[in-house]
Amino acid sequence: MSDQSQNIGPPTGTGPLAKREARLAWGLLAPTIAIVSAVVVLPLLAIFWISFKPIGLADLRPPAPVAREALRGADDKLRVEYRIRNSSQSEVIRAVTLSDELPAGVTMREADERCSFSGAAYTCDLGDLEGGQRERVSIFVTIDGDEDAAEEAIEGSAPTMTGKGKNILTNAEFTLENFARVFDGDEFWGVLWVTLFYTVVGTVGALVFGLFAALLLNKEFRGQGLLRGLYLFPYVAPVIAVAFAWVILFDPFSGSANALLIQMGVTDQAINFFGERPLALIMVTVFEIWRYFPLSFLFILARMQSIDTDMYEAADMDGASPFQKFWYLSVPQLLGILSVLFLLRFIWTFNKFDDIFLLTGGNAGTRTLTVNVYEQAFAVSNIGAGAAVAVVIFGCLLLFSFFFFRTMSREEGL
Amino acid sequence: MSMFRFGYVAGPVIGALWCALMAIVASICVSFATGEGLRPVLLSCLIFGAWLGFVWLPDGGRSRGQRIGWSVGLAVVPALAFWLINPAILGAEGTSTSTIVMAWLLFAVASAWPLEIMLRNLPFGGATRHEFEDAVIRFLTGFGYVFFTAIVAVPFYVMLMTSLKNQSELMQNPLDFTIDLSKGWGLFRSYQELFVDFNFGSYLMTSFYISVITVALTLLFSVPGAYAVARLRFRGQKAFSRSILLIYMVPMIVLALPIYIAFSMTGLRNTIFGIVLIYPVTTIPVALYMLQGYFRGLPAEVEEAGLMDGLNRLQVIWKITLPLALPALASVSLYVFMIAWNEFLLAFMLLDDPSKFTLTRGIASLDSSEIPRQHLMAGAVIATVPIMALFLGLERFMTKGLTAGSVKG
Repeated sequence: MSDQSQNIGPPTGTGPLAKREARLAWGLLAPTIAIVSAVVVLPLLAIFWISFKPIGLADLRPPAPVAREALRGADDKLRVEYRIRNSSQSEVIRAVTLSDELPAGVTMREADERCSFSGAAYTCDLGDLEGGQRERVSIFVTIDGDEDAAEEAIEGSAPTMTGKGKNILTNAEFTLENFARVFDGDEFWGVLWVTLFYTVVGTVGALVFGLFAALLLNKEFRGQGLLRGLYLFPYVAPVIAVAFAWVILFDPFSGSANALLIQMGVTDQAINFFGERPLALIMVTVFEIWRYFPLSFLFILARMQSIDTDMYEAADMDGASPFQKFWYLSVPQLLGILSVLFLLRFIWTFNKFDDIFLLTGGNAGTRTLTVNVYEQAFAVSNIGAGAAVAVVIFGCLLLFSFFFFRTMSREEGL
Repeated sequence: MSMFRFGYVAGPVIGALWCALMAIVASICVSFATGEGLRPVLLSCLIFGAWLGFVWLPDGGRSRGQRIGWSVGLAVVPALAFWLINPAILGAEGTSTSTIVMAWLLFAVASAWPLEIMLRNLPFGGATRHEFEDAVIRFLTGFGYVFFTAIVAVPFYVMLMTSLKNQSELMQNPLDFTIDLSKGWGLFRSYQELFVDFNFGSYLMTSFYISVITVALTLLFSVPGAYAVARLRFRGQKAFSRSILLIYMVPMIVLALPIYIAFSMTGLRNTIFGIVLIYPVTTIPVALYMLQGYFRGLPAEVEEAGLMDGLNRLQVIWKITLPLALPALASVSLYVFMIAWNEFLLAFMLLDDPSKFTLTRGIASLDSSEIPRQHLMAGAVIATVPIMALFLGLERFMTKGLTAGSVKG
């Protein structure tokens, strides 16, 4: 008996059915995993790689020999001439060769000693080209028949060039200079402070205004749908459209906001809203709140509408006042979604780039970490330094997501 | 706090705040409508509002005569304030009388009518907590509606009206948003120029078909993926559904840099193909996350019944899950369309050739000192109107779908 009972009971380990299910699951996920890792994971690895490289915008094209071919001279000076130069001003290109073919009707008379012929085809070995070095190769020829057609045939075919240049992207040269530059001096701490202010105030503001808007619309009335749609406008409209609308509205010379303030007697002279410290940072943060309160409003409203009404009826019976109901019933119910939203919005605001880039371009003390990536990589043309900032951002992101997932698993059991 | 619980304290305080707000609103509205300056005088507004708040308090134990007597008697206070300080709304230099009258009318109606509703149930003397908080909530509600509507509508109004003006009108008086209807179709000159000279028709088409392709590709990849994460059991499921979210959080600017380098090297930069390649990848994690939340909420029993009846998993997805998830698919499509339509950063970095611009890239190219800004605003309107129309039409889907992924209950 006892032996039998040990053998009964649920099967342990993975059975064939479970294995098949897992295989199907991976099959369904495979395309997504493939494409996402190609476009997300590979670039992330690339960013880490580049951040340790001394590389500028100009180095993206590796040094290469460049040749121009022309038919020059006349009679016994008639020659095919190649003018060759190194595209890079500083890097050496090793073992440069040039190969080409003479078209029909053109015969070689005398060639540069570096070239060797086999039939009409020839290869010239040019050795090493220093940075910025120029070379000339001449092949004296005679032409039978139409000279213009031959010239066209010669100049129409490009020679094949080979050469080994150092490609800064793939060689084994590494440097910590990018990180040293990023963390150097006061600039980094200034940028970090701006980022934190923007992120924290922007997130909290968007949540508070979202909660307020959700409370307003959490009741049935005519036109509620329309109003809800209207309040989504800042979030739904393209960022470039609303950012430019703000810039024009708050323009110091011809903006309506300044005209209004002057007419109202609030200020005597125009205020440069997006050009002054610390006003620019405040304005950019206000823009962030304005643009993203609809998102928190949507989520909070959805949660509010799923709260059981019985509870409020019970509270009414017990004589709770409206504020008491809000504070003791609604807020605890909303705490979960509020904390999830806070973390999500915190991360997204931290990552935000377009808004500030369009409003101020990172000037007037509004340069956040993400704007700094762009600034370093494209404005200063130092891709390595930009990548180093990006790595710092990614590090922060990992830190935040750790907190996020701890909260999420408590709130949602994810 | 308890001091405020008396109607004769709370009423005037609420009245003062409301009237000050309404004086500002009335001034801005009339200024934007006529282009003439108006100046609300805050102190006078507060005093006038306090009196109005006192007047609107219900009888509450007082006799009708007492109430009227006190109200009329105290009218001296705002009258004195208007005389000694300034009237609640002043005209700036050169403002016509009719404008001032219009502002005053708007101010009076907007102050008196809502205030009467707010204070209707607030007793004159000691109020219960309920009565007091109800009045405060009605005030906050009114404030909220005015505030949110204003902050949302003003930028859009400015955008629209600026696009209908010309450069000299804009420089002359930035406050003047009146449009000269006698110009007829001439009002839409900026739009005409954008479509004829700046190729906006083609940008509109490019944006549209890039967005549609993005939606199609995103659904193609994310539906099977979301189903697998939501329904099938496999090792690493939890880690996977977390890593989706994590990818959702990677900042675009971090990816944009290596993508720019890779595209420069492979010649994909400046091609629509490159854009179509990259957009879906940015949206797949979002779509996957939203869809798996919705799939989890669908009853598993229906699918199991399908399996029992001899369908295989793929048939179950096609014949049972997808039809059930149609609302979610609609909202995810709408959301993805919005992301692709509004995308700016990648288009800005990767496209240089004006014949391949998307709408957002096209607008960015209008941002130069040589191009008048009504063109810029007209471009903004062209980009905003389609997506807004789509949204207002399908708003119900959107609200449900966007929140389905993360909100349970």
